[in-house]
Amino acid sequence: MSLFKTLQEKPWETPEAAGSIAIAQDFDPAKIAVRFIMAVVGVLFFLFIITFLARSQYPDFEALAGQPWQPFSDASRLWINTFILVFASLFIQFGVRKAKEQRQDAVVIGVSLAAFFSVLFLVAQLDLWRGMLAMGFYVNTNPANSYFYALTGIHGLHLLGGLIVLANVVFRVWYDDKFSSISRPLQHCATYWHFMLGIWVVLFALLTSESETINTLAGLCGF
Amino acid sequence: MQHVAIADQVDELHDPTSFITKYIWSQDHKVIAIQYGSTAIFVGLIALALSGLMRLQLGFPDTFDFIDPSSYLQFVTMHGMIMVVYLLTALLLGGFGNYMIPLMCGARDMVFPYLNMLSFWFYFVSVLILLASFFVPGGPTGAGWTLYPPQAILNGTPGYDWGIILMLVSLAVFVIAFTMGGLNYVTTVLQARTSGMTLMRMPLTVWAIFVATILGLLAFPALLVSAIMMLLDKLIGTSFFMPALVSLGENLDYTGGSPVLFQHLFWFFGHPEVYIVALPAFGMVSDVISVHARKNIFGYRMMVWAIVAIGALSFVVWAHHMYVSVMHPAFGFFFATTTLIIAVPTAIKVYNWVLTLWKGNIHLTVPMLFAIGFIFTFTHGGLTGLFLGNVTIDLPLSDTYFVVAHFHMVMGVSPVMVLFAAIYHWYPLMTGRMLDEGLGKLHFWVTFLGTYAIYLPMHYLGFLGVPRRYFAMGTTDFIPASAQDLNASITIAALIVGAAQMIFIYNVIVSLRHGKKAGKNPWRATSLEWQTPDVPPHHGNWGPELPKVYRWAYDYSVPGAKDDFIPQTQPVLEGEQSEEAEAMRK
Amino acid sequence: MNIVVALLFLVIGSVVFHILSPWWMTPIASNWGTIDTTIDITLYITAVVFVAVNLFLAYCIYKYRYDPNKRAEYEPENKKLETWLTSITAIGVAAMLAPGLVVWADFVDVPEEAHPIEVMGEQWQWRFRLPGSDGILGEVDSRFVSEDNPFGISPNDDAGLDDVLIDNSELHLPLNKPVKVLLRSKDVLHDFAVPQFRVKMDLVPGTVSYVWFTPTREGKFDILCMELCGIAHYAMRGHVVVDNESNYNSWLEDQSTWADVQGIAPGDSIKGAAQYAVCSSCHGMNGEGNIAMNSPRIAGLPDWYIERQLAYYKQGIRGAHEKDIYGQQMAAMSNVLADDAAIRDVAAYIETLEPGRANPVLRGDATRGKSHYTSCGACHGAKGQGNFALQAPALAGQNDWYLKRQLEHFRLGIRGTHEDDNYGHQMVLMARSLQNEQSIDDLLAYLSGL
Repeated sequence: MSLFKTLQEKPWETPEAAGSIAIAQDFDPAKIAVRFIMAVVGVLFFLFIITFLARSQYPDFEALAGQPWQPFSDASRLWINTFILVFASLFIQFGVRKAKEQRQDAVVIGVSLAAFFSVLFLVAQLDLWRGMLAMGFYVNTNPANSYFYALTGIHGLHLLGGLIVLANVVFRVWYDDKFSSISRPLQHCATYWHFMLGIWVVLFALLTSESETINTLAGLCGF
Repeated sequence: MQHVAIADQVDELHDPTSFITKYIWSQDHKVIAIQYGSTAIFVGLIALALSGLMRLQLGFPDTFDFIDPSSYLQFVTMHGMIMVVYLLTALLLGGFGNYMIPLMCGARDMVFPYLNMLSFWFYFVSVLILLASFFVPGGPTGAGWTLYPPQAILNGTPGYDWGIILMLVSLAVFVIAFTMGGLNYVTTVLQARTSGMTLMRMPLTVWAIFVATILGLLAFPALLVSAIMMLLDKLIGTSFFMPALVSLGENLDYTGGSPVLFQHLFWFFGHPEVYIVALPAFGMVSDVISVHARKNIFGYRMMVWAIVAIGALSFVVWAHHMYVSVMHPAFGFFFATTTLIIAVPTAIKVYNWVLTLWKGNIHLTVPMLFAIGFIFTFTHGGLTGLFLGNVTIDLPLSDTYFVVAHFHMVMGVSPVMVLFAAIYHWYPLMTGRMLDEGLGKLHFWVTFLGTYAIYLPMHYLGFLGVPRRYFAMGTTDFIPASAQDLNASITIAALIVGAAQMIFIYNVIVSLRHGKKAGKNPWRATSLEWQTPDVPPHHGNWGPELPKVYRWAYDYSVPGAKDDFIPQTQPVLEGEQSEEAEAMRK
Repeated sequence: MNIVVALLFLVIGSVVFHILSPWWMTPIASNWGTIDTTIDITLYITAVVFVAVNLFLAYCIYKYRYDPNKRAEYEPENKKLETWLTSITAIGVAAMLAPGLVVWADFVDVPEEAHPIEVMGEQWQWRFRLPGSDGILGEVDSRFVSEDNPFGISPNDDAGLDDVLIDNSELHLPLNKPVKVLLRSKDVLHDFAVPQFRVKMDLVPGTVSYVWFTPTREGKFDILCMELCGIAHYAMRGHVVVDNESNYNSWLEDQSTWADVQGIAPGDSIKGAAQYAVCSSCHGMNGEGNIAMNSPRIAGLPDWYIERQLAYYKQGIRGAHEKDIYGQQMAAMSNVLADDAAIRDVAAYIETLEPGRANPVLRGDATRGKSHYTSCGACHGAKGQGNFALQAPALAGQNDWYLKRQLEHFRLGIRGTHEDDNYGHQMVLMARSLQNEQSIDDLLAYLSGL
């Protein structure tokens, strides 16, 4: 590991000419920042999931899937939403590729569709909430319901935040008329989008798990 | 791209012209640092006043009509929360992190100046929300700074309605502010160092702030998660943390939640938070000691490793705050062991500070005095931590004044000692003027001796078994009446120390205009922040060209050199390279 | 060089302070002497380190003080020295940790013969339950909690019938017998701490936690709550009395079981009406009180409060203090009531009297009084309506001159200091937050407006 090697350097022994020491091979602070954002958001959801598993071991917890009357035993609505988000991810990736090829029209199409599908996903999630409420699965009736609303809500807010950043990127490119510079920021947005998709898939799996699966997972974590 | 790109962007830095862009909506890291710092000190003074009120009640119970049991708990809570989060975290990272990172790394600014500005304004809003809770019905929350549910959101606790809601919202906003700032700090350290500034050439201040920021980025989400979940419990009636319970005779609708779950989340944030505060203090004091002892910091590599090791270990010790909170008994073994292991790298740091003084040439300036004060108080506070970290000893001592004395010593007094050392040390850089030395020494002596007079006896109240967070002790069968004398003397010492801080505030304000002109590099330091073309540094820090770094930050008293310090920007002299380095090259 | 002197002074001063300090751990009364030993080991090791590091610090500052003719030594690191120091530290840490872990292993391993008792915490009282002759504590659940069933014992579990309920804050324990204290909370977090026993543990609502120890010394010790539990946290006190076997058994015989408690007939207000004739001479036909006779309004006060006060008067818990002149009168009068049944009857009658409102006679600033009332309202209710769960009587409508006298009595320890007065001691602590007459008048002015 280069980090361990770095940490073993004896800096006092090697006064040298400055030019020979390169600091940042690839100056792209946004890339580092996106990685850290993903780490922070990852920890956020990780902790939510850990508490979900811990909370699932109390007797009043009723998983949302398993029995026929439970809402996610039929996960078709969730599958639809997942596909919508997958499309958003695919289109933004398409946009990135076209940006590298400097094909402006294709980028516009890709980004627009990605934004469209992202918004559609959020609307679909809200509709899912509406449906759950209509079925009587209120936020406070069961901890599993509470987690469903909390997790999807926070995931949605993060996606919304991503959309604001994406809008900012597009707007800046438009405004400054520097189309060539869109490739990198768009790449970062795409990374974030895939990450949000990944989080959603994990949440999907968790929310549709039957109580045996949840108990097994909780057991593995020592709860 | 070989070099740091911001060098090429000097023309893009748009020097701000109007007052508003220069001082209010500023994107200059130095201005933001001052904004952060002064806001933090302002709320810190409020928290200091609150502690004075608490001490009045404890020292002279049945005397003051304006302190009743609920307001006492509100003072305790707000004092603790403000000091830990809104003063120490904000001042050390938002203030010093912002000021020092770009200057010490040789950057023109943070890599995302706009985000940096947003970070401050979010922090500012979080402070406003926090202070607003003093003016809402029921007043601020009195749940203790740990905000444990169920009581934090139930009737029977002061501010269980508006107070706690505003507190949680304020914390959530603070976390967002910290995350924006933190992204800047880590990215700047990783990407915007000037050429020649390798990681191991960075001063320990930067290392420590860098690691503390990573801790913060990974730990604050736990606070956010717990704040969100508690808000839902409070506002929507979910049962994340709330079990079925009968509150003041009323059966509530909550079912089956787990209060201990909150404690795990809280301390998963709370323990790293201790190091988010302590590590920057460790880093800055290392630099202050080295400069004023005219000697390189002893065992630089060990110091870096210790910072990294402490940072990593701090994530696996959180449950030592919960030995009597009802966990699986096996946890006791695990967390006692990890907690005591963390003592080893911490002890190494103490040894190395002392060994830096050993064979040094020590200038007893005001920053140095505060640094020595830090070593003393931190040693004391660290050693008492070995009591509380050891699960068995925690059984009699937890939730007594021993705990209060310990954490004030280790994360109250010692980081504050470093903050003072740092302010006396870097004030000339920030303002171009020196702080008054006579006043500084007076301030040091009262603060140093006074705080010890407060906290040493307090440990003994803890041994007696006096519980913390008690409005009044009343009569018990195990506390002798003389303990009240001890409490009274602690209060007197605390009031004197509190008043002495006004000397400091006076000094800082008056010296802005009337202080002695500092000139460039008054302490004859090697590190990069003192090598700027202007003092205080202008917007963009470095004039037309970025500095180049040729050596580490601790070339003091190098044998054969003309001066007793060689700045990092000084190119290598003929024949200076050591034989070992030559050998390595081959 | 002042700093060198100061450091020496502080190091020596700390050691001297420690040696001379009369403030040290209270004498132990349980089997956990090993905890004290662990503390001693840690204390000696850390003291040595503290003295050594700081003396060396002082030496360095003195020896290497600034000298313009000298230069500091250039020594980036010294691997050998650092390795040594690390190893010694590690050994020292291990020496402190090992005994700690050994004792912890004892602490988490409850002996089989330890007999269970239950401590129940709620805002801001302690109650206790013993398993009774079957040795099993009956099932409990918070949804069964009501005025008649403060412990929340399940009606479906027969094991609960013989449980001994101790509806006050004094627990007795037999000497030299290990106990497993099962801890449960009705509302928020509490912590069961008896400094003489050394061990403590939180009470967590929704869970039953435990702690075990063997009392080894006879005596009466304070129980303190050591986990912040709200406004009256500091007033949540109880006692544990360690008895020899015969005293313990005679205490146990006096306690009632859940079955006993359920068998008590409710008070009969018609019988009570006859008994009330004596009372009416001072308190008035309708219980409206009489300022000239110094007798307060009692109409509409809940039966549980009247019952408790009458019992206190009869038992000499209230009205026994030499300065409590009117209390002494009442104590004498209370003997008119022959037994507990009579008390229940008259209390039932008083509860039926139409509660009216007393005319305020004091002048105070109600706005200022409002802030004082925050702490009171936690128990007595935001509207002064009282709360059974906290055994807090209604205050709204009461004569202000009477409340003022009671507050003053609590402040001065004329009322509430008897050791069996479970709730009075809380009022003693609370009333002391009102420092002067003006504050009391302000408070009562606010209360009169409720």
